[in-house]
Amino acid sequence: MKRVLILMAKAEIKGGNITKWLVSGPPLLFLIIFFVVPSLIMIVTSFRYPGEFGGLAPLIAPTGEVGGEYGMTLETYQFFLSDTLYIEIFLKSFGVAAATTLICLIMAYPISLLISRSEKRYRNLMLLLVILPFASNFLIRIYAWMIILGPESILNQSINTILNMIGIAPITLLFSPFAVLVGMVYVHLPFMVLPLYTNLEKHDSSLLDAAQDLGASRWQRFWRITWPLSLPGVFAGSALVFIPVLGMFAVPELLGGTSDILIGNLIKDQFLGTRDWPFGSALSIMLTLAVLFFAGLASWFARQSGAMKHAN
Amino acid sequence: MALLEIHDVTKHFGEFAAVNSVNIAIEAGEFFTLLGPSGCGKTTLLRMIAGFDQPDSGQILLDGVDIVSIPPEKRPIHTVFQSYALFPHLTVESNIAFPLKMSGKTPDEIRSRVKESLDNVRLTSFANRFPHELSGGQKQRVAFARGLINRPRLLLLDEPLGALDAKLREEMQIELINLQQEVGVTFIFVTHAQNEALALSHRIAVMNQGGIEQIDDPSKIYNFPRNRFVASFIGKINMLDVQVLEATSPQLRLSVMGLGEVAAPWRQGIKTGDKGVIAIRPEQVQILHYSENLGVADHFTGKVHDYLYVGDVTTYIVELCNGLLIEALLPNSTPGRAKLFEIGDSVVVTWQYEASTYLNG
Repeated sequence: MKRVLILMAKAEIKGGNITKWLVSGPPLLFLIIFFVVPSLIMIVTSFRYPGEFGGLAPLIAPTGEVGGEYGMTLETYQFFLSDTLYIEIFLKSFGVAAATTLICLIMAYPISLLISRSEKRYRNLMLLLVILPFASNFLIRIYAWMIILGPESILNQSINTILNMIGIAPITLLFSPFAVLVGMVYVHLPFMVLPLYTNLEKHDSSLLDAAQDLGASRWQRFWRITWPLSLPGVFAGSALVFIPVLGMFAVPELLGGTSDILIGNLIKDQFLGTRDWPFGSALSIMLTLAVLFFAGLASWFARQSGAMKHAN
Repeated sequence: MALLEIHDVTKHFGEFAAVNSVNIAIEAGEFFTLLGPSGCGKTTLLRMIAGFDQPDSGQILLDGVDIVSIPPEKRPIHTVFQSYALFPHLTVESNIAFPLKMSGKTPDEIRSRVKESLDNVRLTSFANRFPHELSGGQKQRVAFARGLINRPRLLLLDEPLGALDAKLREEMQIELINLQQEVGVTFIFVTHAQNEALALSHRIAVMNQGGIEQIDDPSKIYNFPRNRFVASFIGKINMLDVQVLEATSPQLRLSVMGLGEVAAPWRQGIKTGDKGVIAIRPEQVQILHYSENLGVADHFTGKVHDYLYVGDVTTYIVELCNGLLIEALLPNSTPGRAKLFEIGDSVVVTWQYEASTYLNG
């Protein structure tokens, strides 16, 4: 999102008049100080050596020191690439993000369609219900899921009772990839519903009448008209889900098992646990590059489908 | 057997009867128009023919088969919508190909028929454009092409010229007539614009308050309106209150309140003593200078009250001696003459009795 804002700010400046500068100046300054500068610091950090007790090793060896690691290096990136463990965590994170996005899309589409085709006076109420969970704290809601999925929960116990009857060993829902996925989908569903609804609500219903009149069945009307016209909403919602899920560490930490750590957890550990700042920075940069790649891919697809042109 | 027969079709929205026991029979190849003011039920009737609305009672027969229970997508009836409803994400070509794809035609057939259709509407070079890259008239042609490509038995047109400016509308009217003659598809055209209906149609059904007032060809609708609604809805018309003095074929003798007697063509069912109006089109009214009054049978005297010069014609408004106003439309066919009469001139107003119509009520 921040990147988008920067691009927007740049576009404004191109217009080249004082008012635009005045309006876009403060947010631009804010982003330079709190986004561009820290990003540059991160890039530099990723090419340095970790300090002995956290932080960074000095660039120049202190007088009298012999050996030790000082100055700039590519070793951190070499280390990242040399161990398949980290690549695997990356791939797994992308897998979780993709699965979450897909599940959110499948769940959000009917909801959005329903809201957009309801009577106008009920729409706002329905939207309110979608975003109502935001009214309570994110962590509290995740803790609630720990209870719902926990071994003592009615849900888990009834599943195990059924499994017991058909002779299958009991399972634990909590601390599993399943629990992580449930939590991710739960947290991000509204981010998919809102852009989808915004798009679907604008659709001209006479197009569906025309399609039906010209011989399109219910399924054909959806597949040929509604779906392609909703692609801008699908891409926007997918980006709003996919990107935050990639960096999310609270959900896997609380709902996942020890083997369910994702990039977010890995990066957090480098700064707060192992205190290896260069490695944490390198991981962050790799993540950012990956996200940029996917964002680019998404917008390329959007352009290819010709959908963006007709967004309104 | 007519192509489309509408039998006693009624449709209520709540208490309101949008369409009230309507009967119409439309022949194959006809250009048929449903004409009426907004809210007269013409669009509801069209939606029932297309299948989007279900009649409460009555039958809609296509080739003798009741189609009421058939959903719109299965009816061989296509519609050109008022807003065109072109698919914004599809090119001109794909828009036109849409009905063929839906009916499962082979790609080869689709390609050749779309090509032919694009040729017909002179949009070949626009095949890969998107609807938002087209002008109003071009969109219109895409909508026609899309509606016609799958050779429907019936093409419904829901005020398709409404969104165009006057000049373009006239062009499209001519194009529409040619198109209909070329393809030979039966058209049902809905409009509230009476001049459009008169210009385009083989027959017109004038609708009002859910019912049919008159079904006839344009000249009959214009020249022989059956009732006051049709008379006043189509074109301009003068109406004077009258009472029937004598009703014997071939003439009616009418008494115009406060003016005198006048003749009108006889019609069945009119009795001595009936009250109604005599209706006469402004272009049928003649004005003569008072002194020129040379024994015209039925005439009234009056003074020129006002005139309206619009170039090709001038409308004179004459105040008759009983205070009523009557309009007369005179062509400005004399070179250089803008007006033949001045305000205040004493004149004689007359018309040929065949040009007038007596209407009850």
